[in-house]
Amino acid sequence: MPDTFNRKDLLGIEDLSVEEIVKILGSAASFREVAERDIKKVPTLRGKTIINLFYEPSTRTRTSFEIAAKRMSADAINIAVASSSIKKGETLKDTALNLEAMSPDCIVVRHGSSGTPQMLARYLKCSVINAGDGLHEHPSQALLDMLTVSNRLGGIEKLDGLRILIVGDVAHSRVARSNILGFSKMGAHVTVCGPPTMIPVGIEHLGCDVNHDMTAAVKDADVVMMLRLQLERQAAGLFPSPREYAKLYGLDSLKLKRAKKDVIILHPGPINRGLEISPEVADGPWSLILEQVANGLAVRMALFYLLLGGVKDGISNANKSLNPDGVRLLNLR
Amino acid sequence: MNSKSVMDSKAIDRALARIAHEIIERNKGTENLVLLGIPTRGSHLAKRLQAKIDMIEGVSLPTGAVDATLYRDDLGMKETQSLKEMEIPISIEGRVVILVDDVLYTGRTIRAAMNALMDFGRPLSIQLAVLVDRGHRELPIKADYVGKNIPTAPDEDVKLHLEEVDDANEVVIQITKEGLCEKESK
Amino acid sequence: MKRLLLKGGRVLDPSRSVDGLYDVIVFGGKVASIKASDDQASPSEAETDAGWEGIDCAGLLIVPGLIDIHTHLREPGFEYKETIKTGTEAAVAGGFTTILCMANTEPINDNGSVSRFIVRQGHDLKLANVLPIGAVTTGFKGSQLTEMAELQEAGCVALSDDGLPITDAAIMRRALEYAKGLDLTVISHAEEPALVAGGAMHEGDVSTRLGLKGIPSEAESVMVARDVLLSELTGGKLHVAHVSTKGALDIIREAKKRGVNVTAEASPHHLMLTDHAVSDYGTEFKMNPPLRAGDDRAALRAAIKDGTIDTIATDHAPHSSIEKDVEFDSAANGVVGLETSLGVVLRLVDKGELTLAEVIRAMTINPAIAMGLEKGTLQVGRDADITIIDLNKEWTVEPENFKTKGRNTPFAGWKLKGRAIRTIVGGRTVFELIA
Repeated sequence: MPDTFNRKDLLGIEDLSVEEIVKILGSAASFREVAERDIKKVPTLRGKTIINLFYEPSTRTRTSFEIAAKRMSADAINIAVASSSIKKGETLKDTALNLEAMSPDCIVVRHGSSGTPQMLARYLKCSVINAGDGLHEHPSQALLDMLTVSNRLGGIEKLDGLRILIVGDVAHSRVARSNILGFSKMGAHVTVCGPPTMIPVGIEHLGCDVNHDMTAAVKDADVVMMLRLQLERQAAGLFPSPREYAKLYGLDSLKLKRAKKDVIILHPGPINRGLEISPEVADGPWSLILEQVANGLAVRMALFYLLLGGVKDGISNANKSLNPDGVRLLNLR
Repeated sequence: MNSKSVMDSKAIDRALARIAHEIIERNKGTENLVLLGIPTRGSHLAKRLQAKIDMIEGVSLPTGAVDATLYRDDLGMKETQSLKEMEIPISIEGRVVILVDDVLYTGRTIRAAMNALMDFGRPLSIQLAVLVDRGHRELPIKADYVGKNIPTAPDEDVKLHLEEVDDANEVVIQITKEGLCEKESK
Repeated sequence: MKRLLLKGGRVLDPSRSVDGLYDVIVFGGKVASIKASDDQASPSEAETDAGWEGIDCAGLLIVPGLIDIHTHLREPGFEYKETIKTGTEAAVAGGFTTILCMANTEPINDNGSVSRFIVRQGHDLKLANVLPIGAVTTGFKGSQLTEMAELQEAGCVALSDDGLPITDAAIMRRALEYAKGLDLTVISHAEEPALVAGGAMHEGDVSTRLGLKGIPSEAESVMVARDVLLSELTGGKLHVAHVSTKGALDIIREAKKRGVNVTAEASPHHLMLTDHAVSDYGTEFKMNPPLRAGDDRAALRAAIKDGTIDTIATDHAPHSSIEKDVEFDSAANGVVGLETSLGVVLRLVDKGELTLAEVIRAMTINPAIAMGLEKGTLQVGRDADITIIDLNKEWTVEPENFKTKGRNTPFAGWKLKGRAIRTIVGGRTVFELIA
């Protein structure tokens, strides 16, 4: 395993190598330990500034990034941008350069438009972490899902050959895309399941199979990941009614009976009880939904550490003007 | 790169045996002691010390590892370091912690490790055991137990090889070109 | 008035199947004669001094002035994006002598005053011929026909609610019928809005991977089918703008076989690029219709060869940073094309996919026929609109050096071979590339 993580940004699982994923998950496992201490804070990123730039309302992801930053001793600033106030003659580039002028070390961005973190990363010298962009990717979610499964099974190598079933509105899910890419990179076999209206063309090119019959698909699965159903999709004709959706694609105890005994159930949250997942399943022993939340924190601490805790391409994050020979002397003064 | 061996397997073993005795003697027994090594080689040395003390006193001390990486003061100066094991086997509150490392050099790793320890509680005291003290301290830190003092030049590097990780037991001195920059590169 | 002699160039005029070495003489703004290049026939030095301007065209290509029937000059209303001046400067720099400009200005060109304004501006600039396209329905609302006769009288040469399809099939029918009486072409921006539904790029593997909402190919072909049938019903002249899909091409091909009065255009970007270009969310690759799949691109190239596509038109759509340096979903559709079209399309000739004659035909006589213009030919007596091209001129697309105000080109950095080095409109040199 390379001992370095020479990456400025974390924009998507698509860009990551298997080695990098292993590195992130390994570091995250270390950060789980920090969360179990009485003093849940390490001084590692003292003096670093992290901006959480959220163009979409989000409580759990934003809170998770914020706590992660604070536990690393970084200063976290939350900027919530109401989508209504974006269009004031300011381009995304203007926004980026304005933020850059405040010399942050990292910007965590969530945006309703796919590709926005990629665009910001092009404009910005600081690190950019994608906290969810449109329908594209949500890499930290996929990493925490992989961490949750590998913790339960006793090692990252256990992901190899695993059968993952992702059920729901794959077309409108960045979580699904990142997980398809992530799990398949780690050697798992991913199947997506949902009504054909919710399975986008060419999804198999991301590295998965398609099955529209959940009852059949659930049988072989080691992990079942349920996606949140957005009720407004009904109006767009993606499904006829919540009732029929729940019947065909909701995970209830009836469908669960057909699954393996030790099946793992994941949900990115927040859950729609009684819709995509029945209450008895959500609360059952198979469910690792709360474990996912704890791992989310660890993954985000790991990302901050790996992106901000070292030199990138020979440029020190601590003091960009230091020359190599002067490093220690200057640091002493 | 030039290298010469300065301690062989036997010398290392003898030094550890002596340190084990010194720890027992100074603390008037083994009560209340915890052995915490600094990964990677420090934690192996801690385990070896645990075995030696067990042989002498018949007591198996709680032994673990304290990773100082997140507390280092040079994180922004080099590539991101991999995190190592952190294993605090017992509450350190009110105990005597014997911190174990392979080579004592600038003292910065020890400073970081002590800060890490403090986040786990308030030990009664911290004592430092090292196999090699090579000098060139940059912080006011002194070892309580030293296997061997080896005066070195800054462009030299002292490496401990342990069979647990390196298939050999020896301490070697290497001449490096970028001596200064390689300092403390654990 | 001086006579202009273009001496010793290769004259390629697909309108008359002429391809060879000829001397072209221009007098009084018209093509005066075209004779086989022959030293004997050339004027003596004395004659030259007396009133001849001779241009040595040896090694150069002389073609009828290029015509672009689909541009957006943005004036009036969006002068920060482009003006009639900057747009026509870009046109002549790209070798175009005649451009048709779309009606989506502010105010919309749905009345004679706006048309007359555009015509006058174009005329005063004395660069390219600027011919406006009037709206089909007032305010582009798709419900009430414009006063087409007045628009025609004011200088409009065709009709289009460009950027918007006419969703009401009955209105489209009436528009085709009414325009037929005036012998005006109705240009269709063919897309079914309900199928576009907020899409930002072509629906396919790439949109799925990028998480961008897709526009299915059928959004175009469904509407092309409707419009072709309505043209067949009414006998009205239909022109399909910026065809981008294989499905639409098949429909047009069949319609032409049946004798339907339909013509079609393809843009350089659809001929050269595919949806894979969008992979980095570059907004310079966002336009409508979107860049399509590789199959579609191949079908477009073949359609120029078999005549299903009549003309290459740029859909030159300048935008400023406020429309383009934004999120991909929010970015405006459109790319500039006047200054790159010829060079980019010549690549297809270089690669052997099209012949030079096919390309020049699609940029001269064909667009003239599609829009009913007496242009696009070097026939003696016609306007001396002439483009002189150096096919060996190598150059790099550098947006910062564009004449257009738009920098939104998908071809930035492309190394091209072949460029207009002199553009002559009505016998006057309006552009000359400084070496």
